[in-house]
Amino acid sequence: MAILDSKVPKGPIKDKWTTYKDKINLVNPANKRHIDVIVVGTGLAGGSAAATLAELGYNVKAFAYQDSPRRAHSIAAQGGINAAKNYMGDGDSNYRLFYDTVKGGDYRSREANVYRLAEVSANIIDQCVAQGVPFARDYGGLLDNRSFGGVLVSRTFYAKGQTGQQLLLGAYSAMNRQIARGKIDMYNRHEMLDVVKVDGKARGIIARNLVTGEIERHSAHAVVIATGGYGNVYFLSTNAMGSNATAAWKIHKKGAFFANPCFTQIHPTCIPRTGDYQSKLTLMSESLRNDGRIWVPAKLEDAKALQEGRLKPTQIAEEDRDYYLERRYPAFGNLVPRDVASRAAKERCDAGYGVNATGEAVYLDFAAAIERYGKEQAKIHNISNPSKQKIYDLGKAIVEAKYGNLFQMYEKIVDENPYETPMMIYPATHYTMGGVWVDYNLMTTVPGLYCIGEANFSDHGANRLGASALMQGLADGYFVLPYTIGDYLSHEIRTGKIPTDSPEFDEAEKAVKDRIEFFITNKGSHSVDYYHKKLGKIMWEKCGMSRNEKGLKEAIAEIKALREEFWKEVKVPGGSDELNPELEKAGRVADFLELGELFAMDALNRNESCGGHFREESVELDGEQKGEAKRNDAEYAYVAAWEYKGEPSDSVLHKEQLEFKDIELKQRSYK
Amino acid sequence: MNLTLKIWRQKDSKAKGQMVDYKVTDISEHMSFLEMMDVLNEGLVAKGEEPVAFDHDCREGICGMCSLQINGEPHGPDRGITTCQLHMRMFKDGDTIVIEPWRAAAFPVIKDLIVDRTAFERIQQAGGYISVNTSGNTQDANAIPISKEAADKAMDAATCIGCGACVAACKNASAMLFTSAKVSQFALLPQGRVEATDRVMNMVKQMDLEGFGNCTNTGACEVECPKGISLENIARMNREYLAASVAKS
Ligand SMILES: Cc1cc2nc3c(=O)[nH]c(=O)nc-3n(C[C@H](O)[C@H](O)[C@H](O)COP(=O)(O)OP(=O)(O)OC[C@H]3O[C@@H](n4cnc5c(N)ncnc54)[C@H](O)[C@@H]3O)c2cc1C
Ligand code: SF4
Ligand code: FES
Repeated sequence: MAILDSKVPKGPIKDKWTTYKDKINLVNPANKRHIDVIVVGTGLAGGSAAATLAELGYNVKAFAYQDSPRRAHSIAAQGGINAAKNYMGDGDSNYRLFYDTVKGGDYRSREANVYRLAEVSANIIDQCVAQGVPFARDYGGLLDNRSFGGVLVSRTFYAKGQTGQQLLLGAYSAMNRQIARGKIDMYNRHEMLDVVKVDGKARGIIARNLVTGEIERHSAHAVVIATGGYGNVYFLSTNAMGSNATAAWKIHKKGAFFANPCFTQIHPTCIPRTGDYQSKLTLMSESLRNDGRIWVPAKLEDAKALQEGRLKPTQIAEEDRDYYLERRYPAFGNLVPRDVASRAAKERCDAGYGVNATGEAVYLDFAAAIERYGKEQAKIHNISNPSKQKIYDLGKAIVEAKYGNLFQMYEKIVDENPYETPMMIYPATHYTMGGVWVDYNLMTTVPGLYCIGEANFSDHGANRLGASALMQGLADGYFVLPYTIGDYLSHEIRTGKIPTDSPEFDEAEKAVKDRIEFFITNKGSHSVDYYHKKLGKIMWEKCGMSRNEKGLKEAIAEIKALREEFWKEVKVPGGSDELNPELEKAGRVADFLELGELFAMDALNRNESCGGHFREESVELDGEQKGEAKRNDAEYAYVAAWEYKGEPSDSVLHKEQLEFKDIELKQRSYK
Repeated sequence: MNLTLKIWRQKDSKAKGQMVDYKVTDISEHMSFLEMMDVLNEGLVAKGEEPVAFDHDCREGICGMCSLQINGEPHGPDRGITTCQLHMRMFKDGDTIVIEPWRAAAFPVIKDLIVDRTAFERIQQAGGYISVNTSGNTQDANAIPISKEAADKAMDAATCIGCGACVAACKNASAMLFTSAKVSQFALLPQGRVEATDRVMNMVKQMDLEGFGNCTNTGACEVECPKGISLENIARMNREYLAASVAKS
C-alpha cells in the first residue's frame, strides 16, 4: 500500500544503515544556521535529539512540561540499558541483540529498524561514558553488566538502580552545553497543545505557557515529537503523574497514523495497590528478578491464612512453596519476558493463591540470593566455617550494594523490611509499545513531522524487553534522527523563516483557545480525576492483562459514553491565564478518553495473542505449550496503523505487512 | 486520622501570600503525603474552590519536582526521602501540619507551594557538562579503566535530584551542596578533569550571581538532602576552586 511506505532501504540487513548514511543528502554547516527544529519533550529521546541537532548547528527549540529537562519521566528508569558490546565474552553480537528484540517483541516489529537499533547500541555506551555517566564498574575498573529478562547473555549496563537518571543527566548536560551556546532555546513549563501544518508539512506548534497561561506560536522547518508513552490511560501506572498522550494524539488528529495502540506492557514486578486513594504504582526494577525468586504458597489454605494475616511467608516451608515460573519455564525461570511473568502471576492470583489482603500479590524472595552471595563472600574472604549470621550479613551487604535504593523505596512505601521478609509484587501498566507510526526515517505520515522514543511504535513489537527503552530513546536521539532529519531538511535550505502569522497558525491557536475556554466556563459536577479513574477502571478490567471480544466491545461502548459525559459534566476550577494544574489534566484526560476507545478497537481487531496482547480466544489447546498464548502469523503479521477520521470509531485501519527475512518466524518458547 | 493543615496560599508571584487553615478527615496511614494532598484538593474542587498548587511528577523520589517544607523541614520529618515518599504513618490523629514552599530569595514563589528553581538550571548551564560531541566514534567505553572507588564516589555525587531542599534547609540559602555534587562527579572522573578548572570557576560564579548565600558549614543541607549527598563534596569543590584560582592567577 503506497500510503504506508516504510522506506526501508534495499540490500542485506547488515548493510542497510551504512549504505543509507552514505547516500543521504547532507546540509552544509552554513545552511544549518538558517534551519529551525522544534523538539517537543526532553526525556532520553528528545533530550539527546535536541543536544545532537544543536551540536550539528540547527537552531533548536525544545519543550517540556516540567520545570527542567532533567525531570522528564526517563529519570525514573531503574534497571539498565542494553548494548551489544560483548564485554562479558558470553557470545553477544549485534545479530543476537537484534534477534532477542524481535523475538521478545513476539515478531511484530520491523526487522530493519531493530537491526539498526542493535547496530548503534554500542555507540550509546561509548557516548555516555565520554559524557561522564558513572556506570557501575568492577574491581578492574571496567564496565559491569547484568542480565535482564528474556535473554541468555549479560548485556545490560547500569548505574545502581538509577540508570535512567544518570543517562538523562548525561543528555541534560549535553543540552546544557548547547543552551549555554545559544543553540537550544529551552521552554520549560510549556505544554504543546497542537501541531500546525502548512501546505501539508509540519511547520510549528501551539504551546501553552503553564505559568502564565499564555498561548504561544512557534514555527520551525521540522517538528519532532518525543513526549513518551500513554500508559496513564489506565490512570494507575508506573508512569509519572504528568505523563500524557496529548502531543501524540494531537498529531494523530492532524494526520499522523497511530500504530498498534493495544500493545501495552504490564510489568510483573510492581508494588501492589492498597487503596482507592492510590495515585500511582511503583515499579520494582526487573533487575531484581536476577536474584529474587518468585513464589506463592502451594496450598490454598496457606494462601488464605496469608490473606487474613494469620501466617507469615517466612513460616512457610520450602516444600510448601510454588516457584511457579521455575516450574513452568525451566529454561528461563524467573527471567521469562515481562508479559509471560505478568500473566503467570495473574493466573496464580485468579486461582486464589495471592498473598496479601486483596489477593493480588505474589512474593519476590531474596533469602536464597542472600545466602548464595554470603557463602561466596565467605570464600573470597577466606572465612572458614562462617556462622549463619555471618553468611547473612555478608550476603545482605552484596544485595544492598546491588539494589539498596530499591529496597529502601519498597520499605518506605510498604513499611516492611525486604531483607527479612519477601517483597510483595503484582503487575502494573508500565510501558506502551504502540504509538505514532513512523517509517525507517522516524518520520510520521505527515511530512516534516518526526516521532522518537516511547511515543513512536517502532522497535518493540508486541512486547518490550527490559533495558531496551533507554537504548531505543538514545539510539533515536543521538544516532538515528540526526541523520534522517538531515535528509529531509536538505530540501528546506531555501525556505526561509516560517512565519507564524499565517491562517494555519490562526486556526490552530483558535481551536486550542476554544477548548480551554470550554473547560474553564463549563459548570460541571465532577472533577477531572473522577473521569480519569473511571476510564482507568474500564481499561484495566477490559483491556488489561487478558482481553476478550465481549469485554472489548463493552469497553468501546463504555468509553464512548464516559467521554460524552465528560464533555457535559467536567468541572475545572480556576482560570485560563494562570498556573492551573486542573486545566492541564482536563486536556490530557480528554485525549485519553479518545485514545482509550481506539485502543479497545485495536485490541478487538487483533484476534490473536501476541506479546503483551493476550486474547482469551487465542491460546494453544494442546501439546507442550498448552494454555500459552497463540500467535496467528498468517492473519496478523502486520502493523495496525489507524488513520483518524473524526471520531475514534470512524478510524480507518491501514496494514503494514511485516516481512521476516533474517529471522525465522517461530512460536516463542521460554520453556 | 483527622488533621489540620496550615497551608501557604499565594495567587501568583506578585501577590502577597498567607497561611490558610484546612481540615482533612479519614486519612489512612498508608497514604503518601501527596495522596493526602490529593484528597484535600478533590474536596476543594467539589466545593468549587481552587485546589492547592504543588509541584510533583514521578512520585517515587527521583524527578526532584516535589518540594514541600513540612513543619519547618524540607521534605518533612522522615530522613533520606523526598516529599512524595513521605507517608502519613509519620503523623498521628489530631496533628496540625504546616505546609510551605521552599523559602529562598533565589527561588521565588510562582503559585501556592510552587517555586521557580531555574537558578539551578543556569548553574548547570555554566559548566555542568563535559564538552564532547555525539559522533558515533568516540573511544571505546572501556578504553580508560576507572577505579571502582572513583566510579562509585562519582555515582554518589551524581544522584543529586536537583530538588533544592539543601537551599531550603540552609539559613543562608546556600546552593553549595547542589553545585558541589556536579563539580565532584566530574572532578572524580578522568573524562571530567580536562575542563575541571573552568568548570568550577564558572559554576561557582553563576551560583553567586543567582543570589544564593554563602556556606558557613552548618551541615543542615546534608541532613535534609533526600539523596544523602555528602558534605565531602563541598570540601572537594572548595579544594578544586582553590586550585583553579591559583592556576588562573
Ligand atoms: C519506573 C520506570 C522504570 C523504567 N525502567 C527502565 C529500564 O530500566 N530500562 C529501560 O530501558 N526502560 C525503562 N523504562 C522505560 C523508559 O524509562 C521509558 O520508556 C523512556 O524513558 C521514555 O523516554 P522518552 O524520551 O521517550 O519519554 P519521556 O522520558 O517520558 O519524556 C517525555 C518528555 O515529553 C515532555 N512532554 C510530554 N508531553 C508534552 C506536551 N504535551 N508538551 C510538551 N512536552 C511534553 C515531558 O516534559 C518530557 O520531557 C522504565 C519506565 C518506568 C516508568
Ligand atoms: S544536593 Fe540533595 S537537597 Fe540539594 S538539590 Fe541535590 S538532592 Fe536536593
Ligand atoms: S514527585 Fe518526583 S521526586 Fe517527588
